[in-house]
Amino acid sequence: MYPERLKTSLDAVEGLRKENIAFTPERMTAEQKQSLLQAYHPDYRKEEFVSLKVGPNKGEKVPRELADMLQAHSRLAGEEIDLSKPDYDVDVLVIGGGGAGSAAAIEADRAGARVMIVTKLRIGDANTMMAEGGIQAADKPNDSPAIHFIDAYGGGHFAAKRELLSELVCKAPEAIKWLSELGVEFDKDAQGNMITTHGGGTSRKRMHAAKDYSGAEIMRTLRDEVLNRGIPVVDFTAAIELILDSNGRAAGAVLMNMETRELLIARAKTVVLATGGAGRMHYQGFPTSNHYGATADGLVLGYRAGAALLYADTLQYHPTGAAYPSQIFGALVTEKVRSLGAKLINAKGEVFVHPLETRDVAAAAIIRECGERGNGVETDEGTGVWLDTPMIEELGGEGTIERRIPAMMRMFGEYGIDIRKEPIIVYPTLHYQNGGLDIDPDCMACRLENLYVAGEAVGGIHGRNRLMGNSLLDIIVFGRIAGQSAAARSRETEVGRLTLDHVAAYEAELAAAGIETDLRSPKLLPNYTRQKDI
Amino acid sequence: MEKTVDIFLFGKKYSVPESLTIMRAMEHAGYQLVRGCGCRNGFCGACATIYRIKGEHELHACLACQTKVEEGMYIATLPFFPLAKQVYDIEKIKPTDSVMMQLYPEIYACVGCNACTKSCTQGLNVMQYIAYAQRGDFAKCAEESFDCVMCGVCSSRCPAGISHPQVAMLARRINGRYVAPDCAHLNDRVAEVDSGAFNDLIEALMQKPLEELKELYNNRDIEK
Repeated sequence: MYPERLKTSLDAVEGLRKENIAFTPERMTAEQKQSLLQAYHPDYRKEEFVSLKVGPNKGEKVPRELADMLQAHSRLAGEEIDLSKPDYDVDVLVIGGGGAGSAAAIEADRAGARVMIVTKLRIGDANTMMAEGGIQAADKPNDSPAIHFIDAYGGGHFAAKRELLSELVCKAPEAIKWLSELGVEFDKDAQGNMITTHGGGTSRKRMHAAKDYSGAEIMRTLRDEVLNRGIPVVDFTAAIELILDSNGRAAGAVLMNMETRELLIARAKTVVLATGGAGRMHYQGFPTSNHYGATADGLVLGYRAGAALLYADTLQYHPTGAAYPSQIFGALVTEKVRSLGAKLINAKGEVFVHPLETRDVAAAAIIRECGERGNGVETDEGTGVWLDTPMIEELGGEGTIERRIPAMMRMFGEYGIDIRKEPIIVYPTLHYQNGGLDIDPDCMACRLENLYVAGEAVGGIHGRNRLMGNSLLDIIVFGRIAGQSAAARSRETEVGRLTLDHVAAYEAELAAAGIETDLRSPKLLPNYTRQKDI
Repeated sequence: MEKTVDIFLFGKKYSVPESLTIMRAMEHAGYQLVRGCGCRNGFCGACATIYRIKGEHELHACLACQTKVEEGMYIATLPFFPLAKQVYDIEKIKPTDSVMMQLYPEIYACVGCNACTKSCTQGLNVMQYIAYAQRGDFAKCAEESFDCVMCGVCSSRCPAGISHPQVAMLARRINGRYVAPDCAHLNDRVAEVDSGAFNDLIEALMQKPLEELKELYNNRDIEK
């Protein structure tokens, strides 16, 4: 149910629907895209970025909120920590219980390593669980890993590390097969052919899905497999600092019970960092589609221990976050809604952008429409544009929405909006951390031995923008590689004396750079309470 | 000022803006959540909640992140429920109806009270999918239970001690692995990649100058 004041605009959308279905806007040229991004994409707002004063990426720009965390004090600053009696002693310590961490743990276990997962919430409380639209893999006869490579490389503005991207696309079909064999239910026709669609920026229909619960279906299956294998999962326990050994290699982590605040020591031969994204940092004040714990913890842990970041200045704003009603402000509206035929429409009822431009371009186009052009729809939280969902039923036939995007139908249905009959209002939402820790193709951090990184905490796989469906893919491909590499490496590793000297050294570096702050990091959770602490 | 409603968090009264979800209302009241909060978008099942409206008898179940507060709501969150999860080897399990009898025999003690269905936060027909599981109809159980977020409210209401979400999880994995048709084009492609069929192509892309890759990208032929 929309408020009365939106009626004129809503009538325009409905009145022009038939015309708008028939109309396909031009795709933008490379030059048009570039000038649009420069003028309207949040990554290009210079005043929102600051230069780091310390650490491996000193002198490089990152979002100011991230700089605050990277240059904050350790939660252990001033604490005496006894590392001589570890509470846990394993071969492979996996930090993070999302898709990448779980895939890594399964592979490390399969390789015979003693592996343990620590996670600050529950296993499965992760962006993986919330990924709706799908997972890419070039497994149809008209497609190939090479075409997938070009789509992703161009979509990421030719900035991806090619050796990572080639791993991603070449191992994609195998990743789908691995998931299928674990029992993940992909949408298939009666003959077993995958039902695939386009995503923004794809040149072939290679988006595999499990309705619009693709990530949830993958995550719950991986979690079930972790539990079946008896892999210990220490939940509600955050890693708050990496531990190195006297050889300068990653060798464990200091852990903190999120409820009792008890500190624990985990010693490990190798560490897999799979801590995920950063939406809850709310860069530039944007709402987010991310889960509660997405606070860039892994970047802070890795950076303080000497691992370098790559592309930490680039974030993905998903073009279609829910903008109405306010209860779901920022929640993800899957790109699949556009894959299935819904178009973006301004307040006057006009189609203003091709529905399948890449995410950064579509987001910038919406920001332009709502800003300078003044064609936005007023909502309680600001402005947005229409996403004309009833087009899907017109194009695909009655029942398409319920069959293909039931989660979307449910989410809006809770608030009296039947997306089969009424369009929805959307605005960009902070969705994905394109950058992260710099890794080699075996997932080892470029500058820190025995630290492996997988999932959203990695930078460089996608370049400066990520295509839909390549993130669910990367957590599986690189999660598995990280687990295999970490297990193999653990067999040839003798852990030296444990040390936190790097933490003290980093504190000294902060002081030398003249940084004064009361903040401590990693952030662990956002604070949404109204009451101030006394 | 926005209109407020009175709610009762674990019995204690708070006045909160009427537009808030239960989760936001708890935060508004000053709770810094650790448990009972996950994706905040209705996918993870961390925030299962049971409530009763003052003066009424019926218990309702919901996800705190997806439900607006109402006047007189008595709210208790259920951040964890001890579901029984049986372990098995997906490689060795057989898609026969005896699987359920071996792993989850309690489903055959269902008394048909339908409390599970009435309490489902996703509005699923839980008792029906358990009935499919009893018959070993994994495909139907998988389909009927697909939107389950495993919050556990159904099990908290079950007099037979059934862990419905775990039964459904098993059915979906069996269905995905053994019952759903195999995908020939996927198997073919994996074999092609393994045989090195794309190595030269990819290697060529790895070496190409940036300008050539830009050309390739900007002139792609896009499948309709």
